[in-house]
Amino acid sequence: MDDLIGEFITETSESLAVLDMELVKFEQNPNDTAILSNIFRLVHTIKGTCGFLGLPRLEHVAHAAENVLGRVRDKELDVTPGRISIVLESLDHIKYLVDHLAENGTEPEGSDEELINRLNATAEGKSDSEVEALGGGEGAEAASGEADSEEDSLSEKERAELEAARNEPSIEDILADMSLMADASAETAEAPAEEIVIETPAVPAAQEQPAPKKALEEEVKREAVKEGLQTGPQDQAASGGAAAANQSIRVNLGVLENLMQMVGELVLTRNQLMQIVRNRDDNELKTPLQHLSHITTELQEGIMKTRMQPIGNAWAKFPRLIRDLSIELHKKIELRMEGAETELDRQLLEMIKDPLTHMVRNSCDHGLEGPEDRRNAGKPETGTVTLSAYHEGGHIIIKIQDDGRGVNIARVSEKAVENGLATEAELAEMSDQQIAQFIFHAGFSTAAAVTSVSGRGVGMDVVRTNIEKIGGTVELTSVPGEGSTFHIKIPLTLAIVSVLIVECSGHRFAIPQINVLELVQTSDDSDHKIETINEALVLRLRGKLLPLVELSDSLQLPRKPLENKPFSDERYIVVCKVGNNEFGVIVDRIFDTEEIVVKPVSELFKNISVFSGNTILGDGSVIMILDPNGLARLTGETQGSERAHSHETVQHTGDQIVSFLLFSSGTGAPKAVPLELVSRLEEIDVDKIEFSGSQKVIQYRGDLMRLTSLEGDMNFGDRKKADVIVFTYDNKTIGLVVDTILDIVEAPLRVKRGTENEAYLGSMVIASKTTDVVDVGFLLRGMIDDLLLADLDIMGGKKRNAKIMLVEDSIFFRKLTVPLLSNVGYKVMDYPTPHEALDALRGAGEVDLIVTDIEMPGMDGFQFAERVRDDQRFDHIPIVAFTSTMNNQFSARAQQVGMSDLILKTDREALLNTIHKLLEGMKELA
Amino acid sequence: MTALQPISANHNQPMYRSEEKEFITMQIGDYYFGIPVLVVQDVLRSHKIMKIPLTPSMVAGSLNLRGRIVTAIDMRKRMGMSSFEDLNKPMHVVVSYRDELFSLLVDKVGDVMSLEMNQFEKTPSNLQNEWREMAAGVFKLDGKLLIILDVSGIIGI
Repeated sequence: MDDLIGEFITETSESLAVLDMELVKFEQNPNDTAILSNIFRLVHTIKGTCGFLGLPRLEHVAHAAENVLGRVRDKELDVTPGRISIVLESLDHIKYLVDHLAENGTEPEGSDEELINRLNATAEGKSDSEVEALGGGEGAEAASGEADSEEDSLSEKERAELEAARNEPSIEDILADMSLMADASAETAEAPAEEIVIETPAVPAAQEQPAPKKALEEEVKREAVKEGLQTGPQDQAASGGAAAANQSIRVNLGVLENLMQMVGELVLTRNQLMQIVRNRDDNELKTPLQHLSHITTELQEGIMKTRMQPIGNAWAKFPRLIRDLSIELHKKIELRMEGAETELDRQLLEMIKDPLTHMVRNSCDHGLEGPEDRRNAGKPETGTVTLSAYHEGGHIIIKIQDDGRGVNIARVSEKAVENGLATEAELAEMSDQQIAQFIFHAGFSTAAAVTSVSGRGVGMDVVRTNIEKIGGTVELTSVPGEGSTFHIKIPLTLAIVSVLIVECSGHRFAIPQINVLELVQTSDDSDHKIETINEALVLRLRGKLLPLVELSDSLQLPRKPLENKPFSDERYIVVCKVGNNEFGVIVDRIFDTEEIVVKPVSELFKNISVFSGNTILGDGSVIMILDPNGLARLTGETQGSERAHSHETVQHTGDQIVSFLLFSSGTGAPKAVPLELVSRLEEIDVDKIEFSGSQKVIQYRGDLMRLTSLEGDMNFGDRKKADVIVFTYDNKTIGLVVDTILDIVEAPLRVKRGTENEAYLGSMVIASKTTDVVDVGFLLRGMIDDLLLADLDIMGGKKRNAKIMLVEDSIFFRKLTVPLLSNVGYKVMDYPTPHEALDALRGAGEVDLIVTDIEMPGMDGFQFAERVRDDQRFDHIPIVAFTSTMNNQFSARAQQVGMSDLILKTDREALLNTIHKLLEGMKELA
Repeated sequence: MTALQPISANHNQPMYRSEEKEFITMQIGDYYFGIPVLVVQDVLRSHKIMKIPLTPSMVAGSLNLRGRIVTAIDMRKRMGMSSFEDLNKPMHVVVSYRDELFSLLVDKVGDVMSLEMNQFEKTPSNLQNEWREMAAGVFKLDGKLLIILDVSGIIGI
């Protein structure tokens, strides 16, 4: 009997899921008798089985619901939302009863009379409000109503029994039916999740319905046919399709998992055999082994397929969810589903169900506007939520798209600042899309008010965490007024991953292929050579410096020469990408790629972040899978220790921390340039240096690059190669020839002036050494400005005496910009902070134009501009913003605060042109 | 090292029968230990062990036991003795703990013994900390003490 109840629970849960969808469909198409018949049949089956199994509460509720449906089917009642709602409610109640049954094996105590009364009242044709009153009603009236309906339901029951005797199958039939599908080991309580329906399409079936539902439906139909259930003439059309039913059987999941494991073992054994045969010239074995290999692969794929389920299974509850939400939120919402047949591993399917539900709720609640707002915005009243899924390169992409108002970027920004996730300056640097991603942070709810629908505990951060847990990513894109879209990308299956096998110090490791960008072979005399910057390893790769991780160091393994190979400088670099982070991993040797089954690492080393799992290779050996995330963190840690190294200088937290490139040139202290000004590092052949006039140049990327040095004349000694730091401005490059590049360090910007050499800004202490900081502006002065000025002179001539105020917190850009402007003939006053600039402005007041940086500590450029504009005396002064990045938000803000233009810091020519034009404009006005 | 003789329980005990439990006996260094038979999955002779970097020193590596990955624990190291130098030498006692398999590397594995619980005593309080967390108690046998190991104490997670 227990097995029967288990079967009943499985079946009823599935029927209920179908019913949910069908009822919502029916509400939209009240004239579709086929849907109604299907619904009726499903409810009838539930009722019939309950009666047979002796579950009176379920039976009574199902019976009352069936009555309502029967009247509707016989056209005695119209379809109204109220009636559909009450049937849905009774289904929910049945679900509750079934859940209780699954957990405890019995129906819960209590009575369902109130609900049955309302169902009966509905069946009698009472209006929705009357039924409603019955539900809420108390006291005498309700009591009498109860008495009435009790009598009523008794007689109904009698009639039902008669009907059952006539129409329902014999006990033998049901038993046969059930044992056919029963699996001896089916667990009662977990039955719904413990089984999988395997389908084999016998005949190409009708395509208009998603596959999972079809399977269920067909099954139900089959049963209906078997049971000889007569529900009306319109059924014939529907059950006619049953002949072409999909052939499916239920298989216990445990059996499948076991099969999976065994196939895994088989694959391993096959691989082992292959390896043995490969090393022999035994041709006799080769052909049968190839055959075996083929079959094994096919078997593996076949078994994998049984785990695959259409994503529609996870979507099945959404139509009902959307219907309930639209009523609750007073919005009109249409749900569209595309690609429901897209398949993915059932384990993944289970894991994305909840995140998906949350995102759909979110789209309905936060995304879509009410009908009023939509009409005002010129959109159709009904909002649309579109779910779509498709495969893309070994991944499955799921999109949840709404056509609502889009994410309120301003609100998100506000929240982000409030929660300390970002400063305003940082936000100003970000694009809208980047800002939108903040909604995935913990404790972030943009809903001004928490509704019952979303914003109740399960935040988007949980959604993201869950998706990332299964190796997926989620992103939000949003267009104001047009809607937002969640993009979810997850692997097809968790079980099998493609990895690259590498060797390091005699150990083999696996690196997930998904993180590997390319492989580079290096040796000291090849183009690719590992270089060091103060113990930090780097590789020049297509003109960019790639930080390297020595795997043996990261894993604290002694470096060992390869077997039967002398210690050589030949190394391999696996270029990995994690997020936006690229780095290289140095290994001794690279083997093949292999498809492996990931197994979790022992609890004992869960905390070792460089391992994400382990596995058994074809040859039977155990191998650790490296986690590129963990390795990336290791590169971060080395930076961290460097920072700790120069700790004494970092303590002053108020100072701006700047990255410097350290190098030596000539005699004396090490030199430093701020990294933000450096474009590239290059190595040049000394004998390729040419002369253009008296100027040393070298051919560089199809152009001539001027070379300069801090030492006046370049002295290469007997060196054949020289390191060059390349600076690029306005598409013109100059190279600073140096002796050696030492390091990249972060240090607080505290330059003590004091050198007499004009080429230096001053000196400062970096990593406890006095270091001369190079004035890049000075270096560039002789080289580029004359070119630039030549251009400008043609344009406008040197008739400028205008006063320009420059507000810029970075001493380097100040040093770069002041000479540029003063060389053109402007009088430049520079201020490191907006406050000082404001004071000066209020004091002297005579300024023709202001150039200001945007990101500055304390007050940003926009706020500064607002302050300037607040003062009537200055509201005519043109303000030009000077920024290192451009984005739409910046432009919008710039316009809003009355800035005349927004210019990139590296585009000095544009700056000069703009200033020129603005000042000319002023003159004309005056 | 001498071959491990089956350790017999003291037969001169009172006649009443107390509860009996079965233990697998093993030798680590010069000491004799026992582990309840129920937690032991397998006993292996030498097996290929793959070393894993960055792991705690008591972890000798991992091995492939019929498709399952087993973490090998160097019991000598764990007991504060000098570790096994040749990983082919020790025998493996594979135990299951929290759904995971661990292989305890020991010098020798002896017989399965059925021991009466009235010979069992709690761990002496003067035992060193390290040993105390691993020992569940001691059986007083003829001429020997058999220290009963607690798997959760060994693995410590």
